[in-house]
Amino acid sequence: MEFFLEQVINGIQLGLVYALIALGYTMVYGIVKLINFAHGDVFMVGAFVGYFGFTYWGLPWPLAIIVAMVFCAILGMVIERIAYRPLRYAPRMIALISAIGVSFFLEYFCSLKFMFGPNYRVVQRPLPEISWQIGGVTITNIQLLILVTVICMLILLLWIVHRTKIGAAMRTVSFDHDAARLMGVNVDRTISFTFALGSAMAAMGGVLYAIAYPQIQPFMGIMPGLKAFTAAVLGGIGLIPGAVLGALIMGQVETMTVAFISSQLRDAIAFAILIIVLLFKPTGILGRTETEKV
Amino acid sequence: MRQSKWFLFLLVAVMGLALLVSGCGGTNEQAGGAGDDKVVKIGLMTPLQGDVKTYGESVQKGFELALEEANYKAGDYTIEKVVADDRNDATEATNVATKLIDQDQVDAIVGSVTSKCTIPASSMAQAKGVVMISPTGTAAKVTMDPERKDYVFRACFIDPFQGTVAAKFAVDELQAKTAAIMFDQGNDYTVGLSQAFKEEFEKAGGQIVAEEAYAKEDVDFSAVLTNISKQKPDILYLPDYYQKVSLIGKQARDKGITAVFLGGDGWDSSDLDFATMDGGYFTAHYSSDDPRPEVANWVTKYKEKYNTEPDSFATLAYDATKLLLKAIEDANSNDPAKIKDAMQAIKDFPVVSGNITFDADGNPVKSAAILQVQKDGSYKFVTNVQP
Repeated sequence: MEFFLEQVINGIQLGLVYALIALGYTMVYGIVKLINFAHGDVFMVGAFVGYFGFTYWGLPWPLAIIVAMVFCAILGMVIERIAYRPLRYAPRMIALISAIGVSFFLEYFCSLKFMFGPNYRVVQRPLPEISWQIGGVTITNIQLLILVTVICMLILLLWIVHRTKIGAAMRTVSFDHDAARLMGVNVDRTISFTFALGSAMAAMGGVLYAIAYPQIQPFMGIMPGLKAFTAAVLGGIGLIPGAVLGALIMGQVETMTVAFISSQLRDAIAFAILIIVLLFKPTGILGRTETEKV
Repeated sequence: MRQSKWFLFLLVAVMGLALLVSGCGGTNEQAGGAGDDKVVKIGLMTPLQGDVKTYGESVQKGFELALEEANYKAGDYTIEKVVADDRNDATEATNVATKLIDQDQVDAIVGSVTSKCTIPASSMAQAKGVVMISPTGTAAKVTMDPERKDYVFRACFIDPFQGTVAAKFAVDELQAKTAAIMFDQGNDYTVGLSQAFKEEFEKAGGQIVAEEAYAKEDVDFSAVLTNISKQKPDILYLPDYYQKVSLIGKQARDKGITAVFLGGDGWDSSDLDFATMDGGYFTAHYSSDDPRPEVANWVTKYKEKYNTEPDSFATLAYDATKLLLKAIEDANSNDPAKIKDAMQAIKDFPVVSGNITFDADGNPVKSAAILQVQKDGSYKFVTNVQP
């Protein structure tokens, strides 16, 4: 039983990390119907900036997270301005390819020698490692930190989207660009804000990831990015609570597969479940069936 | 429209022809020059970037030191070198091998460093008749796939041997009864070591309590390690490269696993997380504390030039290069077919990692060293294990 609980906690930790990335994916998709494939790489840049912050610039780690978030928010807006905005009224496939281009550019540009370099770096954890034994189950302060962060982010996002003016603008834009513009909403600025918010969250995810799994490299964003995207689709893409739910399910499925079936089937089973869910409910677990507007 | 297309096609055709002609001209000239000046071209294939770049850098240092020491001469022949970076990527390794063989027209290759790059590259060297000696490609498939690739040799012992030695050491010296194994299912090197370890450990009466696989991209091992911690094994066998081993080791200690870490030569790097892996043992090709005179001599020379202690990779690259030079000297030819025969005929040639004779499979017959990781970033020589 303790063994089972411990595995559940392992799964929650993994799921929460996916959730931080999935939130950004799902928000951008919700507003512009674009799968921002560069999101995983923004996550990588965030991890590196945070790492430089607390390792080389001598910042306390919470400040390093904020610096990484600000940096990535700006990066997200720049990416949107350069690579997506000119293609906003082009077929959706074109924007998708542009996103893949940005993703590769970030990976390979960052692995150049004068940027981050192509090598693995070991991250020295900037906070002391504390663990508690509760009923035979080990819980670490890093797991708690990730949990609290995800809950805060979820509440903050829901508050922004449902209770603020910019949130109202976001919801309007997501419903219909042209109608939103007629109602006096600044569409460009709203989309820019969405990218900034999503990228800042990816950055926070990146730094926490680097602290939890202390090793970083320029291609680290690919796999978590894919898994988080899968999680977002599983929960219902475009829906904020869906992203968190999907990510938690992904985390549990992966962990339970390793714990009770075989470590060799980890990814195979996780993705098979995705396919099965999508076969029976194409809009994801929380998604509503919506008539296609196009 | 039609016209312009034709024009474009013609343009491309002419340019292609021009390239082909100039390319041929260049090669002819080179080949002619080689014949007169008695030149042997040696290519070095090694990862200078990516996840195992410290291996590659060490290998390059050992390779260059061996050439300098020989004054770029072997018999009547002058040595020319070409260095190529394969980034520890199997696809890139194939490209690099093609470039070395077809474009640079090398007669022999030293490399590559990891098994997964050496296996495809060695098949290519065999097909094109170029001699290849890998300093550290330990997988059995490097020289046999499934038939003996007679142009291919190596300066290190093979995976099954490392796994066997590690298991023997665990049972005899550490009195281990139970062991858990973790390996990368997509990597021939770690699969080979863990299989050999498992076989020998069970044969010696030990029990394998867990055998868990992971993928190269995995960074979260908490579920696997929770499984293992429940079994409380005496030994955790981690036959992977330093960066992955460091990551697994850290998470294993986080999960409260107190087992002794045991591994292979992949641990040998200055980038290993020494604090985490403190007290762990691994099988290595040599130790700088070994009292043989060749070893002391080599360590002094290396320190003089590079200001650090040589690791196994530098040593084996040095040995591999020495063996190749010896073969060129014995053959006194730049014909790869003659060099390979001379290489196979080498008997009891003293190099740093032992006195080398090649067996029928192109593998050197020699002993393995067991080293222990120390917190201060060094290794302690424990013992030599004979095959």
